Amino acid sequence: MIADFFAMGGYAWYVWMAYGVAALAIALEIAAVRVRRKRAFDELRMSVDAPPAGAAMTRKGTAR
Amino acid sequence: MLINWFRFASPISFYPIAGSWSYAFGALAALFAGAGLVIALWIAPTDATQGDAYRIIFIHVPTAWMAMFIYLVMAGWSALALGFNTRLSAMMAQALAPTGALMAALALWTGAFWGRPTWGTYWAWDARMTSTLILLFLYLGVIALRAALEDPRRADRACAVLALVGAVNVPIIYFSVQWWNTLHQGSSISLTAAPKMAMTMLAGILVMTAAAWSYTIAVVLARVQAIIVERERGAGWLESLIQFPAGGSA
Amino acid sequence: MTAGKPSPLAGALAAQPAAAEAVADTHASVLAAIGWAVARDFRVALRSKGELGVQLLFYVIVVSLFPLATSPSRETLATLGPGVLWTSALLASLLSLPRLFASDYHDGTLEQIALSSRPLAALVSGKMAAHWLTSGLPVALMAPLLGAQYALEGPVLATLAVSLLLGTPILSLLGAVGAALTLGARGGGTLLALLVLPLYAPVLIFGAGAVDAVRAGVSAAPHLSLLGAGLLVALVGVPFAVAAAVRIALD
Repeated sequence: MIADFFAMGGYAWYVWMAYGVAALAIALEIAAVRVRRKRAFDELRMSVDAPPAGAAMTRKGTAR
Repeated sequence: MLINWFRFASPISFYPIAGSWSYAFGALAALFAGAGLVIALWIAPTDATQGDAYRIIFIHVPTAWMAMFIYLVMAGWSALALGFNTRLSAMMAQALAPTGALMAALALWTGAFWGRPTWGTYWAWDARMTSTLILLFLYLGVIALRAALEDPRRADRACAVLALVGAVNVPIIYFSVQWWNTLHQGSSISLTAAPKMAMTMLAGILVMTAAAWSYTIAVVLARVQAIIVERERGAGWLESLIQFPAGGSA
Repeated sequence: MTAGKPSPLAGALAAQPAAAEAVADTHASVLAAIGWAVARDFRVALRSKGELGVQLLFYVIVVSLFPLATSPSRETLATLGPGVLWTSALLASLLSLPRLFASDYHDGTLEQIALSSRPLAALVSGKMAAHWLTSGLPVALMAPLLGAQYALEGPVLATLAVSLLLGTPILSLLGAVGAALTLGARGGGTLLALLVLPLYAPVLIFGAGAVDAVRAGVSAAPHLSLLGAGLLVALVGVPFAVAAAVRIALD
């Protein structure tokens, strides 16, 4: 039964290449967004924890 | 109940919303996808002519639709960005492009793997596939322009103009490709003709489309959070986020 | 700026020709702006005739390469001909686009142009017209000569010329949007190609399609009318998009 499911009536290669790559692409996109968010936060944390030298005034900076 | 929508045009107000909605839509996407896959791979009956290969449409059709919809939504945010000069609208457009490109690419990929067993070839220059290919190029163009321009505000406006010019051209492109295709293929079968829709097949496609929509919203909102943090660095309010992360921790 | 008139009626009568004059003035200034821009850009382009010659030569060389890559058989060439001649025209257009704004941008002239009181859309229209005169038009005129290399017959060559005459201005117009958006950006010319080529696709389809139709013995009227319609729409709409893009690049 399970074997039949994976065989997809003989079209296994096509069906699983399609579904598999789609699943992989989505997983990669989710991972990429999470990495991007984490990195953005890390950089924010670093810029807050280590203010630039001579910054007696609040560093406003320009919106990036 | 009048909502002052412009309040949410500030990245500050929008950030926490983006976070909580992202998780909500993510959960929704998982539910829809689960149900959709069950229908697609189990419940839907095997097709008489195409066998089990037709099951690919449950991914191909939703991704193709999303590729189109996302472009329109991106163009909408671009119009807002140009019209109201709001940063957040431009950030939303920026966040939408990669997912749109991914959807277009998946539509092409799944279409190829559906085409091979059904029509004998991985790539045939049929109207919809060719239009989707050009749509992919349009997405990549917006992404490339964003990467090539240093000043983020200039990039915002330039990408907005490009997205709108592309949006105006998309119907023209679709029409011209359709024209070209019918001239050259004559009365041959449309490669994206799905088998006659049993109710289950239609239900499966709709559920998977709902999954695709929810997924897109979830991913795009998460990405826009990252973009907000990247671009608003130096603005004081962000620092409070680190102490009290709202709607999505790092 | 009105002279005080003693009676309202006299004032109303005086206002009417003034309004008409104002409209005529606007028309005149738009045309004057276009005319000025065309003349200036044309003069500037002619100063570097070498560059123009090189672009035309590029077209000739690319067109001549395809038979080497495929086959010199007359049948193959006749089939390939329209597509090759049209696609090469697209590539030649891409090659010539950077000079539309780049040098003016780098020496500050573009900023002056944008600051002038003349409508920017009119000025860029003039620039695009001059650009077409020095890039698209020569290609359109050269193509029938090269078409003979591809064993294409008289009527087919005539259609080729007409389709290019209608299509290359559209290429200049759409290309200008890309050129303005990518001013000073990294990746310059290649980025421009990526942005603009998808937009070129319909022009290519209808242009090459027209030539193919005549080759097949069918009328090219639908293709050419669509091209013509596209040209009119582009002429009216695109200059504003280009003006917006120029302002974005200058800010």
